[in-house]
Formats: sequence, structure tokens, C-alpha cells
Amino acid sequence: MSFFSAIFDPAMPFVRNALIAGILSSILFGVLGSVVTVKRIAGLAGAISHAVLGGIGLALYLSAKKIVPGLPPIVGALVFALISAALIGLVSLKAKQREDTVINALWAIGMSLGIVFIAKTPGYADPMSYLFGNILLVSTRDLVMLAVLDIAVIFLAWRYYPQIEASAFDEEFARTRGVSTDAVFLVILGVTAIAVVLLQTYVGIVMVIAMLTLPAGTSGYFARNLAGMMAIGTLFSVAFSVAGLAISWGLDLPSGAIVVLVAGATFLAVSALRAGRKA
Amino acid sequence: MNLEIDRARQAEAGASEAAARDAHRAARDAHRVARDAHRVAVRFLGVDFAHREAEVLKNASFHVHEGEFVALIGPNGSGKTTILRLILGLARPGAGSIEVFGAPPELARGAVGYVPQSMSFDRAFPISVEEVVRMGRLSGTGRDCLKGGCSDVDDALAMADVADLRDRPYAALSGGQRRRVLVARALASRPRLLVLDEPTANMDEDSERRLYAVLGSLKGSTTVIIATHDMDFVSALTDVVLCVNGRGGEEAPGGVTRHASGPVERVSSGHYGGAVLQVLHDTDLPDDARCASCASVDPDPDPAAPPAPHGGER
Repeated sequence: MSFFSAIFDPAMPFVRNALIAGILSSILFGVLGSVVTVKRIAGLAGAISHAVLGGIGLALYLSAKKIVPGLPPIVGALVFALISAALIGLVSLKAKQREDTVINALWAIGMSLGIVFIAKTPGYADPMSYLFGNILLVSTRDLVMLAVLDIAVIFLAWRYYPQIEASAFDEEFARTRGVSTDAVFLVILGVTAIAVVLLQTYVGIVMVIAMLTLPAGTSGYFARNLAGMMAIGTLFSVAFSVAGLAISWGLDLPSGAIVVLVAGATFLAVSALRAGRKA
Repeated sequence: MNLEIDRARQAEAGASEAAARDAHRAARDAHRVARDAHRVAVRFLGVDFAHREAEVLKNASFHVHEGEFVALIGPNGSGKTTILRLILGLARPGAGSIEVFGAPPELARGAVGYVPQSMSFDRAFPISVEEVVRMGRLSGTGRDCLKGGCSDVDDALAMADVADLRDRPYAALSGGQRRRVLVARALASRPRLLVLDEPTANMDEDSERRLYAVLGSLKGSTTVIIATHDMDFVSALTDVVLCVNGRGGEEAPGGVTRHASGPVERVSSGHYGGAVLQVLHDTDLPDDARCASCASVDPDPDPAAPPAPHGGER
């Protein structure tokens, strides 16, 4: 059965959910990914996404040990994501000379905590599904949360577009025009943290940062402004998701990894073409 | 006896005359202070500023009147950019006070346009010249700057001589063109005070000439403060030369000294886009050197009062 037949097969709702998740995620990858790219905070987003594993591991451990019965991993992930976003944000704003050290420390400590907690969790917990995602795990509740976050991100990007654009283009000038660039930065980090948690189900926490940068980076070659970058990035992301899901279905390969490979190959090809044209 | 009475009367009359004169002088001074406060664009009073415990400014005091063209000179690292950042409200003084149009700098930002020294920007950032200039109309959390057909943006593009570049990607411009676009961005809010940090650094002669033509068109209507590390010459547009002494300054280290400037016979062509003045470092001027020019403009309560001492640089 082909991927496109499976989408309409009532016996396989998870395939349809996977496609819807891919499209809903694409809005975040396109819009939020463009902001992350032009603000040049992909490294910070990467640290947040990896620190999330600590929260997932802790939640699994507390739930399995009946300390907090029924605690869903996503709650632990959200708490860790927001705490690491706040720490990274404050360090970036207040102690720039130690920024790299602290960010890398959070990255490593979060992942290590996650592995330790998962190892000590009774029963079987597969860290691979969190690290690399499993599109088959996407539930209707996940889709609703993704849709709500999409709406919130689109609204914030529309309402505060001039502030986002100015603080990314020339932060000091934005401050002279009364823009609270620190607030813009912290809100972007916070929204990115929440998005990373929701998106990790799709491509996993290791590769979510790739999808937050590759579609936006590719669209940057074609867009004339930030809004165009967001729109084209979303379209690229939809294309990468559909193509990746179809290929992974056809070749029986991990979908998250294939989506990232399609996005990465396209980005490298466009970059090479551009570089060749300039030379 | 009569002589003594006369002397007493004369003394009494003299005293009352002196008192009247004192009162008149006090009233005139109060009027001048009030008038001066109204016309002052920027006032630094005993400002101290330290960066990571390194003292940059120490008891720096100066003021600039509205409409003046000011050259803020000093060697690299002397504190010129610090002064501009203090004016813009991007930094706060450790001691002393700063007023911009009579208000704290943070509250006067709407009246100030800023052209940064060098702006490191992401060449992959997709943005057009018009969008960069539109950014100049940004205010807090507002979205008005996005509205199309804005005459302020059109005027700023025309004034800075970049109207023909409006649809071009910002990253595709030359360094001189980019600098003029940043001037247009600063002008888009129709500022009363324009602050430029080393505007001609690494600029070719033609771009420099065009930039100074733009600034010349603003002279008198907009207060202009230009920071430059050229210690010897300033543009002939300049009304006031303020020298930032730096920490190693022999005289008033960390302070700001007002210098005279004068005509110069020979300079390289294209310098500051035209005629230049030589900075006379040996001739210090009092901070109120140009307050006399205000007196000649403003109505005085006592036209018969002696004019203030001449203190203009030129």
C-alpha cells in the first residue's frame, strides 16, 4: 500500500495523524524557524531541546516509582524546557563571557540526567523514541496542542513583526526606538522551548533543531524579507515533511530521520547552486 | 551736619540702586537660565561613567543647543561612543545628570535619530532598503511603521539620496550606500537630534561628499552630533567642537573640553565632502561660549543690558 493510499485508509489513522502533524509542525518550522535563524539563536534552541531529555527522564522515573503517579513525560519536558530557556536567556543577557560554557553545560547535564533517570526507571523506557522521535506516537491531543501553538506563534509573529525584525536586524537600534529587545529575546526563547517539546514527538529532540533551521535557511535564499522567509520556509517544510513521510513509508525507514535528510539535502543543494552561481 | 545727611542719603540711594541692579541681574540670569533650558538639546552635568570598573568619563559637563552642528572628537577609546550611548539612553551614568530636550534620555528617544558606527549584520538577512528605513519609524510595541505610503519614509529616502535604492536588498549595497540608508532610517522619524557615530569611517570620497550634503541640508533645523576620531579637522558645517579628553587626557581626564576651530588653508580634497575647519586645541572655550548667540536671538527683558561676552568658536 502506498503512503497516499494509507492516508485515506480508516484502519490506519496514525498515518493521517502523521501527515497532519507534519503540516502543523511545518508552520512552526517555517515561522519560528525563521525567527530562530535570523536571531542566530539556533545554538540556544539546540541546548534547550537536548536539556528536555532530563525532564522526560525525570517524569518517567517519578511516574514509574509511583512518586507522582501518571505524570506524563511531556510535563517534565515542558518544565525542563522552560527552566533551561530561562537560564540560557538570563546567562545570554547578563554574562555573555560565560555564555558558551553555560549553554553547553545545560545541554550535557540535561541529556545526562535524562539517561540516568531512564536507566533507573523500572520497566522498559526507550530513550531512542524521544531522541529521534516516532511519528506513530502522535495522538489527537498532540495535534490539538500543535494547532494551538501554531495559532499563538502566527499571532505573535504578526502582532510583533516590526519588533522581531528590528531586534534581529539591529538590536541596538531597536532599543533606541523603545523596543524591549530583552523581552523579545526571552519570549522567543520561551516559545521555542514550548515548540521544541511539542515537536520532539515528530522528529525527536536531537533533530528538532535541524528542522527549525533547514527550511528557514533554504527559504532565506529565495525570500525578499522576513515575512517571505516565514511563508516560503513553511512551504518548504510541508514539502520536506510529505516527501520524508512518503519515502520513509515506502522504504520502511525512520520518518523523522528521513524528513531531516530530505531537508538537509535540499539546503545543501541550494547552497551549492548559489555558491556556484556567485563563483 | 547737612553734609553728613547728604552723604547718608547718597549712600542710601546707592544701596538701593545696587540692590535694584542686583535684582535686575538676578532676574536677567533667571530668564537666561529658563531660556537656555528651553533651547538646550543635550546637557551633561558632572557625568561619571565607568565600564567594568574602568573609568571612562569623569565629571563631564557640556551642553548643546538646538540646531547646532557638533563635532565630538577624541582619540579611539576616549569615550565618544559612550557619550552617544548615554545620550541615546542605552547606558546610564554612574553619577551626574543627563538631559535630552529637558527630559531623561530614555524619555526623549522619540526625538533622537541614531546612525551607528558599524553595524555587523547577517548578510543572509532578507530585507530591502525600504524596510530598513521603515524601521526608523518604529516606536515601542506599535505597528504603525508597517503602514505603506508613509511620506516620512519617502522623504527620508529622498533626503539621504537613496530613493532609487528603495527596492534593493540591503545586503547588496556598497558600504557607503548602506551608511546613507542608515542615515535615512534615522531621519524617518523626523528627529530633532541626529546622532552619528563615525559616519565616514571606511567611506569613499564620493559617499562622504554625498553624506555631508545630506547633513548640510539638515543644518539649522536639526541638531546634529557627529563623533569622529579625526582630532585635527572637522567639517565646515561644524558650530561646536567638543573634545573628549579620555582617561589619559592631560587636562581634565575623563572630561569634555570645548575647543575653538578656525579656517584652514590646505587640506586633501574631498575631506568631509568639502570645506573643513582646523581644530584649535590650544584654544579652550567656556561651556557657555555659544550661549551669547542665543541671547541675540531671544528677546531679552532688558535690551539695554550689556551683551554677553562673545564666545563662539568662529
